[in-house]
Amino acid sequence: MNFKRIPISALVGILATSGFLFIALFAPVIAPYGMAEIVGDVWEPMSDKFWLGTDNIGRDLLTRMMYGARTTIFIAGVATILSFGLGSVLGFTAAVKGGWVDMVMSRAVDLLMSIPTLIFALVVLSVLPGNLLTLIVVMGILDSTRVYRLSRAVAVDINVMDYVEAARLRGEGLRWIIFKEILPNALSPLVAELGLRFIFMILFLSSLSFLGLGIQPPEADWGSMVKANKDGINFGIPAALIPGFAIAILAISVNLVADWILNRTSDLKGGRG
Amino acid sequence: MAENLLEIKNLKIGATVYPPGEKPHDITIAQEISLTLKKGQVMGLIGESGAGKSTIGLSAMSYGRGGVQLTGGEVIVNGRDILQIGAQGLRELRGREVTYVSQSAAASFNPAMRLMEQVIETTLLHGLSTKKQAEERAVELFAALGLPDPENIGNRYPHQVSGGQLQRAMTAMALCPKPDLIVFDEPTTALDVTTQIDVLAAIKKAIRDTGVAALYITHDLAVVAQVSDEILVLRHGRMVEHGTTEHIINSPKEEYTQQLVSAHSIQHEEKKPTEKPILSVENISASYGGAIKVLSNVSVDIYPGQTLAVVGESGSGKSTLARVITGLLPPSEGRITFEGEELSPALPERSIEDLRQLQMIYQMADVAMNPRQTVGTIIGRPLELYFGMRGAEKRKRVIELLDEIEMGEKFIDRYPAELSGGQKQRVCIARSLAAKPKLIICDEVTSALDPLVADGILKLLLDLQKVEDVAYLFITHDLATVKSISDSIAVMYQGELVRYGQKSEVLAPPFDDYTDLLLSSVPEMKLGWLEEVIAHRKMESAGN
Repeated sequence: MNFKRIPISALVGILATSGFLFIALFAPVIAPYGMAEIVGDVWEPMSDKFWLGTDNIGRDLLTRMMYGARTTIFIAGVATILSFGLGSVLGFTAAVKGGWVDMVMSRAVDLLMSIPTLIFALVVLSVLPGNLLTLIVVMGILDSTRVYRLSRAVAVDINVMDYVEAARLRGEGLRWIIFKEILPNALSPLVAELGLRFIFMILFLSSLSFLGLGIQPPEADWGSMVKANKDGINFGIPAALIPGFAIAILAISVNLVADWILNRTSDLKGGRG
Repeated sequence: MAENLLEIKNLKIGATVYPPGEKPHDITIAQEISLTLKKGQVMGLIGESGAGKSTIGLSAMSYGRGGVQLTGGEVIVNGRDILQIGAQGLRELRGREVTYVSQSAAASFNPAMRLMEQVIETTLLHGLSTKKQAEERAVELFAALGLPDPENIGNRYPHQVSGGQLQRAMTAMALCPKPDLIVFDEPTTALDVTTQIDVLAAIKKAIRDTGVAALYITHDLAVVAQVSDEILVLRHGRMVEHGTTEHIINSPKEEYTQQLVSAHSIQHEEKKPTEKPILSVENISASYGGAIKVLSNVSVDIYPGQTLAVVGESGSGKSTLARVITGLLPPSEGRITFEGEELSPALPERSIEDLRQLQMIYQMADVAMNPRQTVGTIIGRPLELYFGMRGAEKRKRVIELLDEIEMGEKFIDRYPAELSGGQKQRVCIARSLAAKPKLIICDEVTSALDPLVADGILKLLLDLQKVEDVAYLFITHDLATVKSISDSIAVMYQGELVRYGQKSEVLAPPFDDYTDLLLSSVPEMKLGWLEEVIAHRKMESAGN
């Protein structure tokens, strides 16, 4: 690949996203303090000792941010992958199979979507044992309904193209049709959606944590950090805004990368035209 | 003769293109175009796709479609250069002095407005007459163009009339403001041959009666020969040859024009049927959703290594027959036998071996290939699926097939978007050949192609038939194609088989009325053909 052809915006996005990933991966090595270690006073201002200040019980905010990146990006990432894997494969299957398969799956999805996601998640999470796996699975499945809708709509259009009919006449199975004929042509809208969904996932996780059902203390994540430090805003303490700011930056950089991938995947000449 | 109505001098047309990943740059679409048109004259602009004929035609209205710019030269209408008259001047010109008839009337009419409102809209907009006068003129024009029930047809909506009628209504729209010049942009290309002839006759009559001048744009030389006084042949945005219609048809000078005139020159000796047909269709009836019967009681046989052509106009059920044979649409009655054994009616029940024996080539090669797969993958997949070929062995065979379709190894890593229309269709042919089938169904494989390219494809198909001994079921509406490649012919009309037999029998008199209509409707490259045909017709097309 020719690096000179990557546009500036994508470069910025790639740099920022990989920065976040680096911090998330190596948090234990580069963080100045321990994750749950109380090292100072409550809400100390930014200083040489504490670059971003301290939080509501005196833990170093920078350390918490780094560990928070780890949990937030990991959970949101895995849940997004789950929701896309599930949603797109089921959506494509529904479009290709049609008939009662499509009917049953689509109505089931309608049923799931008719309940407000956050409330549904709250109910399920308060019943199921509260661990990481449940959290990821619940988030992934709830979000896959949106992906299912999109993939089905896109695939229904592709399914009537002559080349899919040609594949059927050739005797291809469901797997080939979905992964070789439909998926490559549905990639552009899916990638665009992926960038957006990942961010929604972070926000969703943050709201769950904010409500006390996501990440449990003392684990750090950006959502629960906003919650823990929200009272500081009344006293002019910026501690709650910093995680919010990080979410915004991550959202923008991930979408810059997604846009660039989108441009490349919508090119029909194999990226060399 | 009167003064020049339209004078184009040294016109240059360009556009800015934005290829992905490259800097935008300017290209020239057409250059050094000069022509003159006198009052009441018809000039035919002819050329293949990309020749710039529509672009040049639209320049007579000083209009550039989608980013196209008229960058140089002069276009003089009624004594003034319309490239210099500004927006207000153009508003007065368009729809009053120059009007336009587009290719697809179905896409150009507003589906929510009645025909009459749309036909007189321009006239009223320019304040040329009162509403009552305009409506009277429209009714006169409807009658002159041979539309049924001219008094009331204007009250219908566009979807309530047929394609041929809509195209005539559009011609009435263009004639209504009494313009000096009409630009016809492929007005009959989207119509069936049998409908085309009526529209053509109506347009010709209207032009003669009103004395309007016209630019007639088309890719079909035989059509343009019927209506125009002069012909301008274009290629790659340049003028190739210009002359009177008689001169172009009878004694073309340039090599390219000669090729155009002699297209459809393929000769094919009819083969006699062998003992056993490879595919027998027996008493097939089929319907969509059980309600509308689209095929009734059709029986045909195809013999090994021979070609059966199925002809008919849109809606005759010829494509449905292909869908039934492939198993995409299980028939409601009848059976299909392949090499003596009965084929399962529905696709999912057929064995992979049955599927391999029966391949299909589509009309639109663009959408018949996955745009995300390379030519190598497209042709290689049947090899992998049916014969389990992998790696170097598969690549070697793909290259052989590419050589067979006269394209060669360099195309193996290209994507469909990097091929021309004719090359795409060749790749589709190679894909179906890769399966080593006994029968290939060709569904209008040449109708989306330029005549010369189509000729090449037909030649290739015939050569391949000799080498591979494959049978073709050739679905087409184009009788010239049928004559040049088939061994036997089935003529279909409204879901029924009206005539079936060896080519020599089917094409020999006495004809039934429909076959006669179909045969006589194929435009012939000779002057005065239109008048002859109209004079001796026995029935009208179903599309009228």
